[in-house]
Amino acid sequence: MTEVHASSAGKEPVEGGNVGMGTQYLEVRGLTVDFDGFKAVSDVDLTLFQGDLRFLIGPNGAGKTTVIDAITGLVPASGSVNKSGVELLGKKVHQIARRGIGRTFQTASVFEELSVLQNLDIAAGAGRSVWTMLRRRHGVLPAIEQALHTIGLTKLADQPAGILAHGQKQWLEIGMLLVQNADVLLLDEPVAGMSHEEREETGNLLRRIGAERTVVVVEHDMDFMREFATSVTVLARGQVIAEGSVAEVQANPKVQEVYLGTAAAGSAEAEETGAAELIEEKS
Amino acid sequence: MRSLPESLPGRLVGRWQTWAGFGVAAVALFAIAPALLSSFRLSLLAQFLCYAIVAVGIGLAWGRGGMLVLGQGVFFGLGGYMMGMHLKIADAEIAGNDVPDFMQIAGVRELPALWVPFASPFVTLVAIAVIPAGIAALLGLGVFKRKVKGAYFAILSQALAAAMAILLIGQAELLGGSNGLNGFRTFFGFRLADPVNQQMLYFIAAATLLAVVALVRQLMQSRYGELLVAVRDGEERVRFLGYDPANTKVVAYTVAALFASIAGALFAPIVGFITPSQVGILPSIAFLIGVAIGGRTTLLGPVLGAIGVAWAQTLFSEQYPSGWIYAQGALFIVVVGFFPAGLAGLGMLWARRRKRSGAEPTPQPDNDPDAEKVGARS
Repeated sequence: MTEVHASSAGKEPVEGGNVGMGTQYLEVRGLTVDFDGFKAVSDVDLTLFQGDLRFLIGPNGAGKTTVIDAITGLVPASGSVNKSGVELLGKKVHQIARRGIGRTFQTASVFEELSVLQNLDIAAGAGRSVWTMLRRRHGVLPAIEQALHTIGLTKLADQPAGILAHGQKQWLEIGMLLVQNADVLLLDEPVAGMSHEEREETGNLLRRIGAERTVVVVEHDMDFMREFATSVTVLARGQVIAEGSVAEVQANPKVQEVYLGTAAAGSAEAEETGAAELIEEKS
Repeated sequence: MRSLPESLPGRLVGRWQTWAGFGVAAVALFAIAPALLSSFRLSLLAQFLCYAIVAVGIGLAWGRGGMLVLGQGVFFGLGGYMMGMHLKIADAEIAGNDVPDFMQIAGVRELPALWVPFASPFVTLVAIAVIPAGIAALLGLGVFKRKVKGAYFAILSQALAAAMAILLIGQAELLGGSNGLNGFRTFFGFRLADPVNQQMLYFIAAATLLAVVALVRQLMQSRYGELLVAVRDGEERVRFLGYDPANTKVVAYTVAALFASIAGALFAPIVGFITPSQVGILPSIAFLIGVAIGGRTTLLGPVLGAIGVAWAQTLFSEQYPSGWIYAQGALFIVVVGFFPAGLAGLGMLWARRRKRSGAEPTPQPDNDPDAEKVGARS
């Protein structure tokens, strides 16, 4: 991991990226996902540069998760997904992952029987030689040690991941993306079900790691979005209806219409997340 | 799941324990058992050790890899029949015949093409190591790359065992039909009727079991072993980390097939026959029972389970000839229904209880003080 470079230590993610053209980018053009005639995503364009912290928002069923699924190869799609000159569509899931695209899931999916350290070691290991694989793991790789520190789980390194709290599991997943050497991070509702403090910590974590990567966050929580997003893309019914800074998007009448039009659904959703938080606090 | 010792003293203690464990097992197998058991019982134990070798492979593929291998009889049979063919040819040569006895009765005058390569002991041994493993690798690639898993894989592997048994029964002239290959007199030039040579076969089986356990132990504790557990618990998740889980599974499946083949090749001379009834669905499931009872995710659970169940079967059958099958079924149901982790799981639960009530509940101290320094940043 190269996060501690002096040149980037003070860098923050900004709209349009913080390093300009000529570095890592992800260019999505005309992305369409067709489920037997139902277009879950149609003709989506996205351009993401390194150092951008992009939020993908929209009402339920807008196709946010499907966009991530298509980019990561989970669902077949047409169009083009180009990462720094390499076409990703048509490749298999694990090949895309090796190209530096990492993702998390709505429900944290860490390997519960393995320790935090083992989880990270596996994430760091794609591309290891047969000889390395057949030998025992000795010591801790520097990159893993640093990731443990970044996600604040150093003290829990030897604990099984199954005993972690909900928020810690999400952080572990983010840590796994860091050691996986992913430079495009696609996070699907990373703060769902988190307490207020956990949300703040997660947001700050995203700001820190987003300086040198491209981070895309699918999110329902508008307060969280307002606080941490550097740019926002709004999806509705599978299409991009607006894109820009938080202020621009909020001022966009189309966006207001979509969110007012589905105000009922929006409040129901808020209740849902509220309930999830309650459950989380109880357990 | 056992946690790996991280610190240096911990690792040394772990290593010492391992050597001690292997030492105890070696003394028990090579000194105590031959001293205590009659040659008949020792030969029985040798047979059980063959089952244990199969069980070690099943423990890796099923317990650690999550692949319910219901057709290990196929690989066991392949190994057994290949060894059996060699033994029959060798016996026929000693008797001065061109073909094995059962072929003469059937009127076959010339050695069939399938048999010819197995006249060579070297080719036979190589084939036992390579052919079943190769079949498993090809089959595994075909199945796992297509993401066939769970019950579908189990049914497929079981169907394969059934098909193999039916195929063998149909080959009366070529492979002895339902009688299989039997009446072996020599093993690589040694007379099998001699108790000393029977004991030698037992020692070979015991040494093979120790080697196989050592190999699987290394696999389980390696990075590969950790990845295999990850594949078992979250195959799709592993894909998103850049691995193709099919490759990970194929390795475990192939190793399990190799062990089954070796066990079959030892079984044939030890017991004196190999028949389709060692190949089909029933024996394939019987292999699994010991593994489930012993504890499929552990290293030694499958070994002790397989030997224990086979031993119990013998004792029980001597007392109540028809009762064993009910006892076996009941045991299987109780274990799968109430102790899915097997007896080893019960043991671990008990150890944890004792530890919790006895030891102080302090959290583990952070054992890498360098972490703060390395990670120190804004």
